[in-house]
Amino acid sequence: MTILHLLIPVTLVMGLTGLGAFFWSLRNRQYEDLEGDAERILHDDNDTPMPPRKETIR
Amino acid sequence: MMENLTIAERQQAMLLSGGLALVGLVLAIVGHGDAMGAHGWITLFFAGGLFFVVGNALYAPEPTLDRTTNYYDDPTKVGILLSLFWAVVAMGVGVWVAAQLAWPDFRFDAPWSSFGRIRPVHTSGVIFGFGGNALIATSYHVMQRTSRARLAGHVSPWFVLLGFNLFCIIAASGYLMGITQSKEYAEPEWYADIWLVIVWVTYFVLYMRTLARRNEPHIYVANWYYMAFILVVAVLHIVNNLAVPASFGAAKSYSAFSGVQDAMTQWWYGHNAVAFFLTAGFLGMLYYFLPKRAGRPIYSYRLSILSFWGIVFFYIWAGSHHLHYTAVPQWVQTLGMTFSVMLLVPSWASAGNALMTLNGAWGKVRDDATLRFMMVAAVFYGLSTFEGSFMAIRAVNSLSHYTDWTIGHVHAGAMGWVALITFGSIYAVVPILWRREGMYSPKLVEWHFWLALSGTVIYVFAMWNSGIIQGLMWRTYTESGTLAYSFTDSLVAMHPYYVARTIGGAFFLSGAIIGAFNVIMTIRKVREDTPELDYPTKSEAGEPAVPAAE
Repeated sequence: MTILHLLIPVTLVMGLTGLGAFFWSLRNRQYEDLEGDAERILHDDNDTPMPPRKETIR
Repeated sequence: MMENLTIAERQQAMLLSGGLALVGLVLAIVGHGDAMGAHGWITLFFAGGLFFVVGNALYAPEPTLDRTTNYYDDPTKVGILLSLFWAVVAMGVGVWVAAQLAWPDFRFDAPWSSFGRIRPVHTSGVIFGFGGNALIATSYHVMQRTSRARLAGHVSPWFVLLGFNLFCIIAASGYLMGITQSKEYAEPEWYADIWLVIVWVTYFVLYMRTLARRNEPHIYVANWYYMAFILVVAVLHIVNNLAVPASFGAAKSYSAFSGVQDAMTQWWYGHNAVAFFLTAGFLGMLYYFLPKRAGRPIYSYRLSILSFWGIVFFYIWAGSHHLHYTAVPQWVQTLGMTFSVMLLVPSWASAGNALMTLNGAWGKVRDDATLRFMMVAAVFYGLSTFEGSFMAIRAVNSLSHYTDWTIGHVHAGAMGWVALITFGSIYAVVPILWRREGMYSPKLVEWHFWLALSGTVIYVFAMWNSGIIQGLMWRTYTESGTLAYSFTDSLVAMHPYYVARTIGGAFFLSGAIIGAFNVIMTIRKVREDTPELDYPTKSEAGEPAVPAAE
């Protein structure tokens, strides 16, 4: 089963990527206001985007 | 469509399609005399057609309004229509394949219409054509709304959508010409695989760039599901399709792995494709459109995040349960089995979360067929994930594997979960995208719902019955220790169930045709929902099914 020498590292790297993303989400305070986060998708009465933030205007 | 692109963007689109047309020409020349040459011509016509469509409107007026005040919905709209087109075609082929099994004369004796060639047209057509287009389209919609930001770019969304459809066309036409690398759900040959990698990486970059522009600090959970879908499918696709072409002038290639190594790679891919293509992406749809349509937040948002990380960390190891009782080492099989059983936890957490969201809104579920599509999808998600964990247990697998039970299980997931959540999401999103008052005919949505549900139930029950009968007949011994039934005996026993399956599939197909008709009529006939205020776009709040009072 030499294939496991490929599949296990690939899978572990994918898992570590996931773990990294999870830590990123913790550090970037993604889970501070879960009720509000769930509610907010329901409030977009105009179906228009917000004006772009300064740094993204090109 | 073209009025939303600047001249520079139109030129960029022409450059891309022109370049692709040249690649098509090269393939056609190098692959002359091989089926690859035909694919070169298809690419040339596809890209050349796009080149002229864009070129024709090159100097049409440029967008006048500030584009950032609006979401960019044109690619989403086209994606929804393409998804419905593939649904009708691929489900039609599915009914045909099913009929061939019940009545082999339906083959009509042509080489291209043999079971082995049209079956992958059905599977790839529904998974990639119908499901893939729906995923791309809804992901464009959901990432913009939840980020409250416009798509990052105007050409790349089109490149992803149309490039993906070119891949689907090459895949389906290749099967009919006999091109396959014999890997389930990864049949297309090397050049199609390379093209898909380019498209898919662009998709990932587009998603990340749009998220980076978000005006909402929190990334809504649906986006995590869509992101996992895009990223993991890319890795799986690349590893499983590692192959050496026999020659650069022909379609044939040889896998980089052989024997059981290849089988392990294939099912590592195959099961994770089920996990991240057919589950994670559609869970993204569920977590956005179900709360939206029900007009209430998800029951436990915390649980939805937990189940996301559960799925991400458990699913990857489950693939080897497809290889019980094979040359794969016992411990690898056991590992796959264990993780498959553990998967029940995050799966049922999602299914239960969806149903609990509707708890207290059952009146809406009763009255609104669109919401009912999503509710029943969640039920089937719960059912088929339980069944999947159960079938992954080695002892159960000894009965179920290689029988129609597997087909029944797959279709409980594909029809009951994937297709129903997709149709529900399409009915929810079409009036919003085209700014219509509602669907053309709620009655037809109702018809579609019952046809789809009864079709699924007929199909799945037929396959459960035939699969278990098959499994039992194959393992029944006489007193003298020989097999009691020949293979043909079991085949004769299957016939009534194969007929029932064809009928169930035909029900499901007619529902899809009704749905496509309803969507087209909504676009053509239903009055535009005129804005009350002088907004550039129109409020969703006026929609009957999303009452503001909730």
